[in-house]
Amino acid sequence: MKRNWKGWLYLLPAMLFLGFFMVYPLIDVLIYSFEEGYNSASQTYFGVGLYNYSYVLHDPYFLQAVKNTFLLVIITVPLSTGLALLISLGLNSIKPLRNLFQTVYFLPYVTNTLAVGLVFMILFKKTAYTDGMINLLIHAFGGQSVDFIDGPYWAKMFVMSLYTIWVVMPFKILILTSALASVNPDYYRAARVDATPKVRIFTRITLPMISPMIFYLVITGFIGAFKAYSDEVALFGTNLNAAGMNTIVGYVYDMLYGDSGGYPSYASAAALILFAIVLTITCVNLLASKRRPQT
Amino acid sequence: MKIVLEHLTKRFPNRNKKVREDVIAVNDFSFEIPDGQLIGLLGPSGCGKSTTLNLICGLETPSSGKIYFGQDDVTNLPPENRGVGFVFQNYALYPHLTVLENILFPLQNLKGQNRPSKEDMLRRATEAAKLVRIDSLLERRPSELSGGQQQRVAIARALVKMPRVLLLDEPLSNLDARLRLQTREEIRRIQRETKITTVFVTHDQEEAMSISDLIVVMKDGVVQQIGKPQDVYDDPVNLFVSKFLGTPPINVFAGRVRGGQLLLGDDAVLPAPGIPDQEVWAGIRPEGFVPDANGALQCDLIQVEVMGRDTSVVCRHGACEQAIRAIVASEARPNAGETKVRFALKPNKVHLFAKATEARLSA
Ligand SMILES: Nc1ncnc2c1ncn2[C@@H]1O[C@H](COP(=O)(O)OP(=O)(O)OP(=O)(O)O)[C@@H](O)[C@H]1O
Ligand SMILES: [Mg+2]
Repeated sequence: MKRNWKGWLYLLPAMLFLGFFMVYPLIDVLIYSFEEGYNSASQTYFGVGLYNYSYVLHDPYFLQAVKNTFLLVIITVPLSTGLALLISLGLNSIKPLRNLFQTVYFLPYVTNTLAVGLVFMILFKKTAYTDGMINLLIHAFGGQSVDFIDGPYWAKMFVMSLYTIWVVMPFKILILTSALASVNPDYYRAARVDATPKVRIFTRITLPMISPMIFYLVITGFIGAFKAYSDEVALFGTNLNAAGMNTIVGYVYDMLYGDSGGYPSYASAAALILFAIVLTITCVNLLASKRRPQT
Repeated sequence: MKIVLEHLTKRFPNRNKKVREDVIAVNDFSFEIPDGQLIGLLGPSGCGKSTTLNLICGLETPSSGKIYFGQDDVTNLPPENRGVGFVFQNYALYPHLTVLENILFPLQNLKGQNRPSKEDMLRRATEAAKLVRIDSLLERRPSELSGGQQQRVAIARALVKMPRVLLLDEPLSNLDARLRLQTREEIRRIQRETKITTVFVTHDQEEAMSISDLIVVMKDGVVQQIGKPQDVYDDPVNLFVSKFLGTPPINVFAGRVRGGQLLLGDDAVLPAPGIPDQEVWAGIRPEGFVPDANGALQCDLIQVEVMGRDTSVVCRHGACEQAIRAIVASEARPNAGETKVRFALKPNKVHLFAKATEARLSA
C-alpha cells in the first residue's frame, strides 16, 4: 500500500502537467462543442445540444476542408512512404557518397517549411511577369501552362500533395534507412547462399523485417497529414477558404481567429470531428498491423 | 564431393592508414578435403577460420588461389551457384517465418526444371526436419525454440536442398555445455547419415577433436597442421599446435639438450637421442607424468585435486613459468601433506621444440 502511494507521488508532477495542459483543455473543448450560441465576449450560451456539429457538418467550407484533407492523406501517405522506401533502398545499396546523399535528403527536415513553401510558390506561381519555372519547363516540352497556385483545383491539389510529400519524406527516409541498416546482414548472406532471387529477398526478408517501421510511418503519416495546415498557408496564403484549399485544422483555426473568427463552439465541434476521424483511422491501422499475415 | 583448395589466399585492405600492409586473413591454404568427411577447422579467434569458410561458400572471393568442388573450378562462381549449405554462427533463421517455412525457403528459390512440386517440397522439408528431429516443431517460430532446436532448424535448412558441401561456422558457440555435447553428436550423426562433405569451424579444440575425421589447425591465416585428431595430438608439428590441443593444456618447460639428454633445470629427465645440443621448449602432456619416488623430475607440490577416476596434481618447477598440471591415476596420487613430488616421464608424451622457431625437434 505504502509502495503504491509512493509510485503515484512520483507520477504526480507529470500527471499535473498532463492534466493541466492536455486533459483540461480536451474536456473544455468537449464542453464548448455542446454549448449552443456561445458568446465569447459575454461568456454566455443559450443551451446545450448538437447544433454546433450540425452547423459544421452543413458548412460547405468545412466539407471542402474535409475533402481536401482526405485527398491529401490518401495521396501523400502511400506515395511518400513508397518513395521514401525506394530512396532508402537506393541509399542502402550504395557505398560511396551515401553520407552526402543522406544529408541532402535530410535537408528539407531542418529547413523552415514556410520558407520552403515560398520557394515552391515561386516555382509554381504564374504572375503577370513570369510563368514560373515549372511552367517554363512545361512550355519547353510543348505543354500548356497552368497556374498551380491560383488555377484549377487539381493543379492546386497537385502542388499541395507534392509539397507535403517533399516535406515529410526526409523523416521517413531517415527512419527507413536506419531500419534497413539494422537488418542483420547474415540474413542476406543466408539468402544469397540459398540462391534467393532479388525480388524475393525484398518481399520475404527485407519487407517483413522493416514492417514495424513502415507501419509506424504510415500511422504517424496519417495523423500528420490529417493535421496539415501550415504547409497550405505557406503555399496559398492565409485565406484558404477563398482558395478552396482549406484543411480541417485550417477550418478550426479560421473559426477561432480568422476573418470569420470568434466561434469557439464551431471550432471545438470541428476539432472533435477531426479527433474522431484520426482515432478511427489509427485504430483501423493498428488492427491491420496486428492482423497482418506473418508470412 | 571432394573439395580442393589450391594456394588459397585472402587479403583485406587495411583500414588503419598508418599500417600500409593488407590484412592477410588466409595465407596460402592448400588442402584436399576427401569426399564425405567431416573436417574440423580449428584455431584461435581471428585466425581466418570464418574467412576460409566464406571462401569455400563464395561469400568472399579469394585474392589468389583456386577452389575446386570435385572437378569443377568454382573459384569465381557466386555462392548461389555453388550448391553449398551454410549454417551461420547465429543461425540466421528468418524470425518472421515458421520452422517449416524456414526449411522450405531454399527450395522455393529453385527455378525452372529444378523446382520441385509443392508436395515434393513439403516432403523434402519434412524429411530434413525428421533427420534433425524437429518434426514436431514445424509450426513454431524461431523465437519459440531453444538454442539447440534453432541450430537444428538451421542445419535442416542447409541440408534440405541437398548441398554438395555443408559448412558450419561455430554452430555450437551459443549453446550451454550440455547442449553443446548433445548437438555435436547430432551433427556427427547427421553427417554420417547424409555423407555430405562437411567443414566445421570451431575454436574449441575438444569439440573439433571429438567429431572430426580430420582437423586443420590454423594460426594467423596460416595452416599449421592437418591430420587425424589423435595424430595431431600425439604428434604436433610445433609448439603452437601442441599448446592449442588438449585439456588441461600441455605444460611447457624451458630446457636444454646436452649430450643426448634433456635437462630441465639441472635434472636430466629423459634421453633425447639424436638431437644436437641446444636450448629447447619441452612440452609435457598432463598424462605424461608418472608419480615415482625415484623419478627424475622433482617439483614443489601445490595442490592435489581429486576428480574421481583421475587426480590432478598441481605443482611448480623452476623451468616452467606456469603452474604444472599433471593428471595421474588416483591410486598413485601423492599425499596432500607432502611438499615435494617426483615424477618419471612417459617419453611419447614429451615433445621437444626448437627455442627460436618453435618447430618440433625429432631424431
Ligand atoms: N571484411 C574484412 N575486412 C578486413 N579485415 C577482415 C575482414 N574480415 C575479416 N578480417 C580479418 O581477417 C582475420 C580473420 O578473420 P576471421 O573472421 O576469418 O577470423 P576467425 O578465425 O573466424 O575468428 P573468430 O573465431 O573470432 O570468428 C582477422 O584478423 C580479421 O580482422
Ligand atoms: Mg569466425
